[in-house]
Amino acid sequence: MGMTIAEKILAAHSGRKEVSPGDLINVKVDLVMANDVTAPIAIEQFRKLGVKEVFDKERVVFVPSHFVPARDIATAEQFKVMRDFAKESGIVYYELGQGGIEHILLPWKGHVVPGDVYCGADSHTPTCGALGAFACGMGSTDIAVAMATGEVWMKVPATMRLIYHGKMGKWTRSKDLILNTIGRIGTDGATYMAMQFEGEALKSMSMDARFTMTNMVAEAGGKTGIIPVDEVTLDYVRPRAKHEWTVYEPDPDASYITTYEFDASAIEPTVALPFSPGNTKTISEIAQEDIKIDQVFIGSCTNARMEDLREAAEIMRGKKIAKWVRCIVIPATQDIFKEALKEGLIEVFTESGCQVSAATCGPCLGGHYGVLAEGERCVSTSNRNFPGRMGHSKAEVFLVNPPLAAAAAIAGRIVHPEEVAGKVSAS
Amino acid sequence: MTMRGKAHTFGDHIDTDQIIPAQMLVTIDPVELGKHCMANNDPEFAGKVQPGDIIVAGVNFGCGSSREHAQISIIGCGVSCVIAKGFARIFFRNSINLGLPVLECPEAVDAIEAGDELDVDLSTGTIRNLTRDLTFQAKPYEPFMMEIIEAGGLIEYTKRRLAVAKG
Ligand code: SF4
Repeated sequence: MGMTIAEKILAAHSGRKEVSPGDLINVKVDLVMANDVTAPIAIEQFRKLGVKEVFDKERVVFVPSHFVPARDIATAEQFKVMRDFAKESGIVYYELGQGGIEHILLPWKGHVVPGDVYCGADSHTPTCGALGAFACGMGSTDIAVAMATGEVWMKVPATMRLIYHGKMGKWTRSKDLILNTIGRIGTDGATYMAMQFEGEALKSMSMDARFTMTNMVAEAGGKTGIIPVDEVTLDYVRPRAKHEWTVYEPDPDASYITTYEFDASAIEPTVALPFSPGNTKTISEIAQEDIKIDQVFIGSCTNARMEDLREAAEIMRGKKIAKWVRCIVIPATQDIFKEALKEGLIEVFTESGCQVSAATCGPCLGGHYGVLAEGERCVSTSNRNFPGRMGHSKAEVFLVNPPLAAAAAIAGRIVHPEEVAGKVSAS
Repeated sequence: MTMRGKAHTFGDHIDTDQIIPAQMLVTIDPVELGKHCMANNDPEFAGKVQPGDIIVAGVNFGCGSSREHAQISIIGCGVSCVIAKGFARIFFRNSINLGLPVLECPEAVDAIEAGDELDVDLSTGTIRNLTRDLTFQAKPYEPFMMEIIEAGGLIEYTKRRLAVAKG
């Protein structure tokens, strides 16, 4: 019987000719990752295993990202634990000022390539599946075992196929396709499944835009998200790959647990309202509600790549953000920060009155740098708006695409970007 | 392995940010994390829970981040197990790996009210609501997962596997 991309990758990594959904298998991993929240537990568990060395130093990567730079003494201690382990064991470590948010950093640095099995101790690990890899989020204990043995146990997931026909409209972005999808299938709609994204709208997307789709697989409960490899993928991979890649195509007779089809041309810019990424409305529905805001956050592993920053800057250029609104912009990695600086985007943001920070998860998880007070409203390009996600449990977070976030910062409320695009501010 | 305690009920889609807020992710100490268990849902929870008590929730319990601080805080505040209509994938996996018993049983959840006295037999998956005199059967674990549970978690299980491989 034919196999999906996920099944082919897992078969190849478990030494089998064929696997089917539900099979319990031991899988060889090509890359293992932990961040500053998950590495301390992984290190403790790794030590309990009594193993002296990691399975492959080049294939275990630690990325401090969540509380960078250290927020307080407790976080500084966590970084120290991570750094000491990295020094001692010789694994790859991305220090602040050289790294950034792992899900954008690792593919950019070529650690993940098509056909890989990549396990990360972070739920947004599936982001890298946009490269045609099997990228899967796990907890620290699984990661500790993977660090020691180079293997993890997995249940082969069934694959859900999602096809996006047509071309996206002027203000619709990949973020809107994925928010619309989560609104339709629910935040547990893809639990235990691999989500395979296809269609004309996907083909015409840049890698930056594709990573946004697979990033939010986590918000639908998915185990991984995969986008078939094409020339766009290979152009991205060729100059940076750290190891060899394999391209897997789905068999024509592969079987899918469900297939969803979308008309991308009919998907409007979409907003996820508090307190769930699945609580979606279109911008036209929401713009009428006159929702005033306190903060805008343009950042996170969902939407803080060059394309996102360019689009936000395009809206803000020559305008000031609204009075009583604060806007925080955080390029996802140091390399993106440098490029944004060269292109003059940082200047656009700062001239508009935004605060720009070096790479960190920061406000996205309410850990530090832009935490919200009770009752405050924030428009964010990130991926989660659960109670307490960005600060107080009664603070409200609205998830949007980058042009919508920039437009909200200028208008001081949630508006259609058309309302501010092109207008020059009076002040 | 049997557990007995009072039910504390929660709704659907309880995410890990509600179970343990990000501000607390700077320690892995069970006692410290236990003090903040469920802080973003019910700030009183950690104060009122008694050793052995049971969390009862709806669908997709534990969705969101992969933080094992969620399991550590639940164990740390004295909760003996979680019964839900369904679990998010990473949460389920982490629970098995860390030895927090989690049982999937929608019928039992529908028949449990806050404060009910419950009794759970992990080896058979039997859930008894002593207050209402009702018995339910949770979805059985895969034999492979039962092996991990019986070993006391993934670390012990792996240690044994590595020892066997070495001969
Ligand atoms: S940016 Fe937000 S969602 Fe992404 S890894 Fe950081 S905390 Fe997690």
